[in-house]
Amino acid sequence: MSTVFHSVSLNKDKCLGCMNCIKRCPTQAIRVRRGKATIISERCIDCGECIRICPHHAKTAMSDPLSDIEAYKYKIALPAPSLYGQFNNLDDVNYVLTALLELGFDSVFEVAKGAEIVSDATRKMLKTQDLLKPVISTACPAVIRLIRVRYPELIDNMITLKTPMDESARLARQEAREKTGLSDEDIGVFFITPCPAKITAIKSPLAANSSDVNGAIAMSEIYPLLLQKMDKLDEKQLKALEQSGKIGVGWAASGGEASASLCEKYIAADGIENVIQILEEVEDEKLNDIEFIELNACTGGCVGGCLTVANTFVAKTRLSALKKYLPVSCNHIETEIPKELGWDYPLEPLSVLKLADNVTDSMKLMNQVSAMVENFPGLDCGTCGAPTCRALAEDIVRGYASVDDCIFRIKNEMATKELAENEIDKLIPVPFRGIDEEKLKWT
Amino acid sequence: MEEVKLHYDVNAYDFTCAGEASGKLKRSLKDLGFDASLVRNVAIAVYEAEINMVIHAEGGVIDATITPECITVVLADKGPGIPDVELAMKEGYSTAPENVRSLGFGAGMGLPNIKKYTDEMTIDTTIGVGTTITLKIYNK
Repeated sequence: MSTVFHSVSLNKDKCLGCMNCIKRCPTQAIRVRRGKATIISERCIDCGECIRICPHHAKTAMSDPLSDIEAYKYKIALPAPSLYGQFNNLDDVNYVLTALLELGFDSVFEVAKGAEIVSDATRKMLKTQDLLKPVISTACPAVIRLIRVRYPELIDNMITLKTPMDESARLARQEAREKTGLSDEDIGVFFITPCPAKITAIKSPLAANSSDVNGAIAMSEIYPLLLQKMDKLDEKQLKALEQSGKIGVGWAASGGEASASLCEKYIAADGIENVIQILEEVEDEKLNDIEFIELNACTGGCVGGCLTVANTFVAKTRLSALKKYLPVSCNHIETEIPKELGWDYPLEPLSVLKLADNVTDSMKLMNQVSAMVENFPGLDCGTCGAPTCRALAEDIVRGYASVDDCIFRIKNEMATKELAENEIDKLIPVPFRGIDEEKLKWT
Repeated sequence: MEEVKLHYDVNAYDFTCAGEASGKLKRSLKDLGFDASLVRNVAIAVYEAEINMVIHAEGGVIDATITPECITVVLADKGPGIPDVELAMKEGYSTAPENVRSLGFGAGMGLPNIKKYTDEMTIDTTIGVGTTITLKIYNK
């Protein structure tokens, strides 16, 4: 049905078909079918909530193995600033950056550098351009995708800048070409990612014709390898590679980007449910006095990404300590905002939640849905494979499910057989016994 | 003609639920595929009217009738009624008590805002009996 790339995928062998992920998904993109979770591709925003919640680790992110770097003559690592928060007692970022070189990279380019440039561009745009307020940050790809499917009218509020990862990749490539004389095909740029949303942003970019990044290595995968190398490094071997300040490193946690905008009135919301609440308020024009809004799908910001290792709040504290002795910012835009930093083309809305192509047909379906919901028990138990009774009803009118999927149907079926009332009730799982009989009548 | 009817109850002085009805209506209009700007206008107008019900009118009921051409929302309460509708329509005029204003509500923009975001607005009010506000927003 769809050719959309998603970095979140399912390991069928590990999936038990439980209800955890379907209930957690913010866009109701997961259903359990034949005992296995399935993702509705068009709805998935790659936020990684299902990866986080799955107790069986059946949901995974399709990151690239470190060995992929061998395909290139010149290999560049782009560490996200959240990487620095993963290590206990780290007092010098150069340990991490030097260890990356020891793992086989020819150079490192901190994404914190790109972040400082994006911050500078943001400040310039807020100052000189008449932007629709509140301006919404576009650094979190899961938020971009969420806005695209659920809040399309807010696309105009989004700042039309690419992410720190994109800008870092562009500059890293440029540097590498000048230094080595190699062509782009021989230069491999690899992002060390805290989340699956960034992987999707590389493989299937939005508002960009292509990505300068060749692959994404999960932070959780490179962490133990880095740790081994870092343990063996002594101070004399350290290379002075660090080139970013408080602002760049600050992007790793929620609030870093917004405070760097130097706006007086800003909001930084993190965690997908909080992001949704803020977007609802922007939509209702309740936040028109706010200048800038930073939104991160993960609690705590990028340090809370589901591919990180350290506890989000511990990592935040570590980053604060690291930032203490850094300069404010080391990277600036000298003249004008580079054209490549802006979006290549405007973002189009993606309406996947509406019931039908036109309003009249949608109304018919909505009335069918409402009638059906009246007859469902309203427990949102998830045993049908849909997250709520309403979601099941919508699936049914769309032709993807059947009323037979509801477990309470069994009870009604049994009622036609010659069984006593209390015997029928025993066929229903304990938490659902003795539900108001009137509500369970089927039409 | 196809129409969708939606009904919501609004509780008095319950600020934890205030905005729930307008939020649900907004969600439904989006699912139906109405134009984003229309959805936004309805959401803002009905939110303001819903908050009015919570603050002034001891709650009430909201009934929305949706057709492809027009969204009609009737908000009926059994509150104190509005003594001077013309005065109440003035921007900045407010009778909200201090405790409500401290929550950020009651700036006196409610009724003027509702009018601004709707195509038609009628207020039917009787002192001591209640107020019924009917809003119409056309799908242009």
